[in-house]
Amino acid sequence: MSEEVEQEIKEELAAADAVRPEKFETAICIRGLKNQFGDAVVHEDLDLDVRSGEILGVVGGSGTGKSVLMRSIIGLQTPTAGEIEVYGKTLDTIANEEESRDLRRRWGVMFQGGALFSTLSVAENIQVPLREYYPRLDQRLLDEIAAYKVAMVGLPPDAGPKYPAELSGGMVKRAGLARALALDPALLFLDEPTAGLDPIGAAKFDELIRELADTMGLTVFLITHDLDSLYATCDRVAVLAEKKVIAVGTIPELLATEHPWIQDYFNGPRGRAAAGGNQTAKRR
Amino acid sequence: MVARADFEHSDGADGAEVRFTGRLTLARLGDVPARLDALGPIATLDLSALERIDTVGAWIVTRTVNEHGSKVVGASPEAQRLLEALATDKSEYRVHRDRRPAWARMLEQVGTASVAIWHELLGIVGFFGAMIVALGTQIRARRRLRWNAVVTRFQTVGVDALPIIGLMSFLIGIVIAQQGAVQLEQFGLEVFTINLVGRASIRELGLLMTAIMVAGRSGSAFAAQIGTMKLTEEVDAMRTIGVSPMEAIVLPRVAASTITMPLLGFYASLCAIAGGGAFVWVGLDIPPLTYIQRLREIIPMTDFYIMLIKAPVFGILIGVTGCYEGMQVRQNAEEVGQRTTSAVVAAIFLVIVLDAMFAVFFSSLGWN
Repeated sequence: MSEEVEQEIKEELAAADAVRPEKFETAICIRGLKNQFGDAVVHEDLDLDVRSGEILGVVGGSGTGKSVLMRSIIGLQTPTAGEIEVYGKTLDTIANEEESRDLRRRWGVMFQGGALFSTLSVAENIQVPLREYYPRLDQRLLDEIAAYKVAMVGLPPDAGPKYPAELSGGMVKRAGLARALALDPALLFLDEPTAGLDPIGAAKFDELIRELADTMGLTVFLITHDLDSLYATCDRVAVLAEKKVIAVGTIPELLATEHPWIQDYFNGPRGRAAAGGNQTAKRR
Repeated sequence: MVARADFEHSDGADGAEVRFTGRLTLARLGDVPARLDALGPIATLDLSALERIDTVGAWIVTRTVNEHGSKVVGASPEAQRLLEALATDKSEYRVHRDRRPAWARMLEQVGTASVAIWHELLGIVGFFGAMIVALGTQIRARRRLRWNAVVTRFQTVGVDALPIIGLMSFLIGIVIAQQGAVQLEQFGLEVFTINLVGRASIRELGLLMTAIMVAGRSGSAFAAQIGTMKLTEEVDAMRTIGVSPMEAIVLPRVAASTITMPLLGFYASLCAIAGGGAFVWVGLDIPPLTYIQRLREIIPMTDFYIMLIKAPVFGILIGVTGCYEGMQVRQNAEEVGQRTTSAVVAAIFLVIVLDAMFAVFFSSLGWN
């Protein structure tokens, strides 16, 4: 083996050691977060912990800043004040590009509209993060990885070479999930994964997320409007209202709280229907 | 530092026995796949000493099992779960499009493109027919053409285009006069520069340049506007309300470009003549009065008629092509861009083809 390859492997290993998700009980730790756009304060004094290995659902009315919260965590939005630690690292204070890359490879993000690169096929989309972080992987392995990721997210066998424009809405979401899972991340962010899917497709997607999280031991940060998704997938639910997280807990725990919004949310007609439908549903 | 993925192997009767150590994960894979490949037949894979495994590691194991029929021993429950998730047959999952020889792909591309062009032409002709039918029904039903919409288009297609078309034609007039003068001077016939500028501008160039400019400015705008309206389902909304998109969107635009083209073409010819005149005055010392006098002698009225006949045809062509391409938008925003591009390309191409046909036609009529 040439020295150059040896050197590259050493660098890869050093990067792999930089962030060690398995050492942390709390994957994401947010303290005193404040986000402000002009005069509009979206978050103030927001605290939230996401435990390793759980699926945390994040709910809240429109405009309560669910997506802003996610964007703050993954560094697309610099908070006005407060601290966000992901696996003990703060994106804000990470000085060099290398370190933030080390952190970024530990998470996968699935955007609401899939955000697939439209000029690349599904398989190439999945290979983008792999090529970026592991340029040494040979084409054969890359192709095999893309193929099994396509299979894992339940896309049909001929989906790999297709371009995003040729896919249906549900397939785009699955392809987006496959790309988010490309690096085998420890942490997965999902922004309204079931929005715009029909009830059957949405139920299947919920099942898929639950299954993948169990198989791969993922920590999932799931933004959703979909009550069925909450019941079917989430271990805990965080409720965003009044610029902060007003409650975090399992659904029965939340139901026990007195907060009017939470009561309206879970005990409204839709909430009751979702609860009834899932009483018999198999849980882990 | 945590151990990287590695393995020890010992040779058995049926092949090597491989014992993985460390973490068989994407980030710590190192050169394991390459070394495994180099090993030859593998009888057993021992996972008992692994600290961790992820899907990529599990895939390496699965791949080896598929290739060598190896036995997996000592898998932890997590590893077992991953291996089961990957165990189903992946051979039918394709990653690339068909790989065929380059000549076959090129041949296919040429074929597809030819068929596409043919369909495009058929589509434009069909659309033109549909438009004529819509015009017929509109007239029969005694509904008035939407003049308000037409007049708005006059502004954008015609008036707004005046400065750029004027400047362009003026400059082209200068260029023709200058190039012509250089050649004609060799025979001492530089006075014929006036013939060149006058006839070329009126008969061909003024109108042709205008058509290209209008196709680029307005044909593209038609396609983009209508394409966006299709995307936001405005066109469908119109249909459900009972308004014919042909009457409300297409006819006013085509009418506007048809009526504007002769006016713009004539204006462009005058600007080109003015440009030529400016050069002739400065460069050849022929005063404007003589220039105009001479133009009246050499430009036959038929040149002017030819322009007037061609202009509305080009106008219809540009309008129809733009509206047709816009109406073809079906799915996404990207298509709006593609359709806009092809509206411009198709319009300019068709204008030039038609212009060549007109040239042959008129000269066989004896209108030289």
